[in-house]
Amino acid sequence: MTVNLSIGRRAFLTGSAGFLAVSFLMPSDLFAQTADAPELPGDLADHPMLSAWIKINADQTVTLMIGKVELGQGSVTAVAQVCAEELVVDFGRIKVIAGDTRLSPDEGTTAGSQSMPNCAPAVQQAAAEIRQILRNLAAEKLGVAADGLTMADGTISAGDKSVTYWDLVADLQLEVEATGTAPLLPIAEHKIIGKNVQRIDIPAKMTGVPIFVQEMAPEGVRYGAVARPPTYKAVLTGVDLASIEAMPGVEKVVRNGSFLGVIAARQEQAWAAANALSAAAQWDVVSDLPGHDGMAEWLKTTASEEKEWLNTIAADAPAAASTHEAEYYRPYHMHGSIGPSAAIAQMGEDGTMTVWTHSQSVWATAAAIEMLLGLEEGKVHAIHTEGSGCYGHNMADDAAADACLLAREMPGTPIKLQYTRAGEHQWEPYGSAMVNKVSANLDANGDIIGWEHHVYSTPHGTRPGGNAGRLLSGRYVDPPFPMPEIKDGGPPNFSSTRNGLANYVFPGEKVVTHFVKDMPLRVSSTRGLGAYANVMAIEQFIDELAVKAGADPLEYRLRYLKDDRMRDVLTRCADAFGWGTFEKKRNTGRGIAIARYKNYAAMTAVAVEVQVTPRNGLVRVLRAVAANDSGHMVNPNGISNQIEGGLIQSLSWTLKEEVKFDASRVLSTDWASYPILTFGEVPPVELVLIDRPGEPYLGTGESAQGPTGAAVANAIADAIGVRMRRVPFTPDRVKAAIEGA
Amino acid sequence: MLTFKLNGQEVSVDAPDDASLLSIQTDDLHLAGQKYGCGLSQCGACTVMLDGDAVRSCQTKAQAAVGRSVTTLEGLRENGAPSRLQQAFIDEQAAQCGYCGSGMIMTAQALLDRNPTPSESDVRAALNGNLCRCGTHNRIVRAVLRAAEEA
Repeated sequence: MTVNLSIGRRAFLTGSAGFLAVSFLMPSDLFAQTADAPELPGDLADHPMLSAWIKINADQTVTLMIGKVELGQGSVTAVAQVCAEELVVDFGRIKVIAGDTRLSPDEGTTAGSQSMPNCAPAVQQAAAEIRQILRNLAAEKLGVAADGLTMADGTISAGDKSVTYWDLVADLQLEVEATGTAPLLPIAEHKIIGKNVQRIDIPAKMTGVPIFVQEMAPEGVRYGAVARPPTYKAVLTGVDLASIEAMPGVEKVVRNGSFLGVIAARQEQAWAAANALSAAAQWDVVSDLPGHDGMAEWLKTTASEEKEWLNTIAADAPAAASTHEAEYYRPYHMHGSIGPSAAIAQMGEDGTMTVWTHSQSVWATAAAIEMLLGLEEGKVHAIHTEGSGCYGHNMADDAAADACLLAREMPGTPIKLQYTRAGEHQWEPYGSAMVNKVSANLDANGDIIGWEHHVYSTPHGTRPGGNAGRLLSGRYVDPPFPMPEIKDGGPPNFSSTRNGLANYVFPGEKVVTHFVKDMPLRVSSTRGLGAYANVMAIEQFIDELAVKAGADPLEYRLRYLKDDRMRDVLTRCADAFGWGTFEKKRNTGRGIAIARYKNYAAMTAVAVEVQVTPRNGLVRVLRAVAANDSGHMVNPNGISNQIEGGLIQSLSWTLKEEVKFDASRVLSTDWASYPILTFGEVPPVELVLIDRPGEPYLGTGESAQGPTGAAVANAIADAIGVRMRRVPFTPDRVKAAIEGA
Repeated sequence: MLTFKLNGQEVSVDAPDDASLLSIQTDDLHLAGQKYGCGLSQCGACTVMLDGDAVRSCQTKAQAAVGRSVTTLEGLRENGAPSRLQQAFIDEQAAQCGYCGSGMIMTAQALLDRNPTPSESDVRAALNGNLCRCGTHNRIVRAVLRAAEEA
């Protein structure tokens, strides 16, 4: 039996280095910075030192240090592929240190499908520069011209003479800045980029080798749990700690303002004590939430910041022959990680708080925890350790903060904390509920003269960002940390209005956001932010206009879709689906939708066939087809996994999911009260991946969410002639819509 | 003291009477395979085999294992290498985050032990109580069918 009793993985990784940093005078032209030096790609611009990214080790391995982390999206493997390719070493030599605040370059948050666009090009250029340095070193050593050298898996040869990277380590000086001038390998020579290299993290996960923070059990570990208030705005007025301290296994009960926590010998004992603590405490409760059924109205009527992002509607636009308008609603959605968030924290003798966390933003979260604990800058050492898939800002950062709050009370002892299912379901920051109102002026042929889109949303971004006021427990400690003001994101990424501007070219288009700063429920970044609702609204509305015009929805879209790559994605999706030969049967229908994520990133089209049972309103998705262009593909299998996964998750959001809440608290506490898609409901999915060698890496992870939901809504309308405008499309809602039609 | 067979070896654990099988595997034996997911038998992340049956270890008292045989994800390895089913999951890249994977593999192994040639619908039915949030369902089904074919 192999049992790993310590958090030894990092130590193993970092301890394997035989790196020697010996000063060596390089030919000056190698790192001469001229006024017209090329711009460094991606995050290399912020961290130009080659030594920040890559170490060549005497033990014949390469250490790749990156700030982007593995969340289950596979991008760490793809970045390692890019590194191995450009460095010309076998993939197996690459060892990755991802998201360690003391060892990796700070690349900010791993989010927004940004790992491939920002991290991969940085690593690629850094590796190319190191390859060039090694080549020049080898030329000098072998006494030949650099041009005549060949390179293969770390060996540089000229005829029968050769030298290896590992021989050159002692002379290798990477404490230099990237020049941006080292050429990348020609794409025709690629052997690793574009290949389905297996993910480096999957074997451990499938065989029970500890890799998740939830699996780590350091020597002497104790378990923590937090007793949350009954509602968001509750204030603790009294509690008897003595009865809790007497419970089995309890070693410490912590009260700090309205924050209550326990440390126990076992996790179940900590949870039991925390439950008892919640029940024993007296709270002042505020009941002022609109409830899930009142949320759409609340969004439209609450004070908001209004911002017009685009208005190309000409004053002299032709008069409309007809108009059409529609209103759509998406409820709060959960990230719903299968593994509730967890962390391990330990207060060291030197005053350093070390925390193993699956946070997407280890640097900013470490800074927020320093503020929470009143520690000096740099005193929290955060080490990214994998967790369950997060799909955005879930409770990873809160777990890290809570583990630290407890670990401070027991210096030297590692404190492990994992939330309960209800603890995660009720307290995570959800994807914001949104209302979209779209209207259009049409000419006599049903063609669009003017298009107007109003987006109503609460915030989408409340990540810690270095501020304790954005950690859940920061609200409850004494004194509480106020939530810093939240701004809505503008172009090019946007947040509420992400994908609010259509990908189509209309004669006139107006887009206005009504940003509601108040947050009835806690919210933050959830896969795609506003893009899911905005794409759903745009791609349903254009479908409604096509039906109104008596046009084929595919043909109607192509009237306004001018971008060649998007047209290619849409038509290839339709072809693979068999759009032109589709035979409609009773109560079945087809639907299609497309979006370019963030209007500049990956392009995804989705087509689905659904069957609706009018008797009970049940919608079954019979099959789905997706076409995707993510630019130059580094790992096609990884892209297919992300597109199919995003599609299936979006089916789940669209058909089943809504966070339920009343005037004071969240009612969705488990998988029975917040059901998600199951094996029996998942359709076969066919994928068309379009490779664009030489084009930028566009990222993939979030691009399927919006098109999938809209395709389902459009297919339901095609099947039964009823337009569903309120997510989720549960049997009761569909049945009611059929009966009301 | 609770004594049972774990992955073929007898183990004894000193744990509270009401401890779950999941908690002694994680807190006492420091096994990595089974995961806490919901504590309510709703998600399947904690699935292990008890005398060959797939059970939810979060809702199974450790006492229930006394004198019986428990198999976890670690116990499927063959001489340290991935088992055929584990290898099929790796070959199909049947994971995104992979947190649910252990429960999927244990549930699927219990199925294959009883039905070595399952149909696709058999596999979907067997796994219907196991939740995956990443949307890897179809790859997981392919991995189980692949392991069956290669047997």
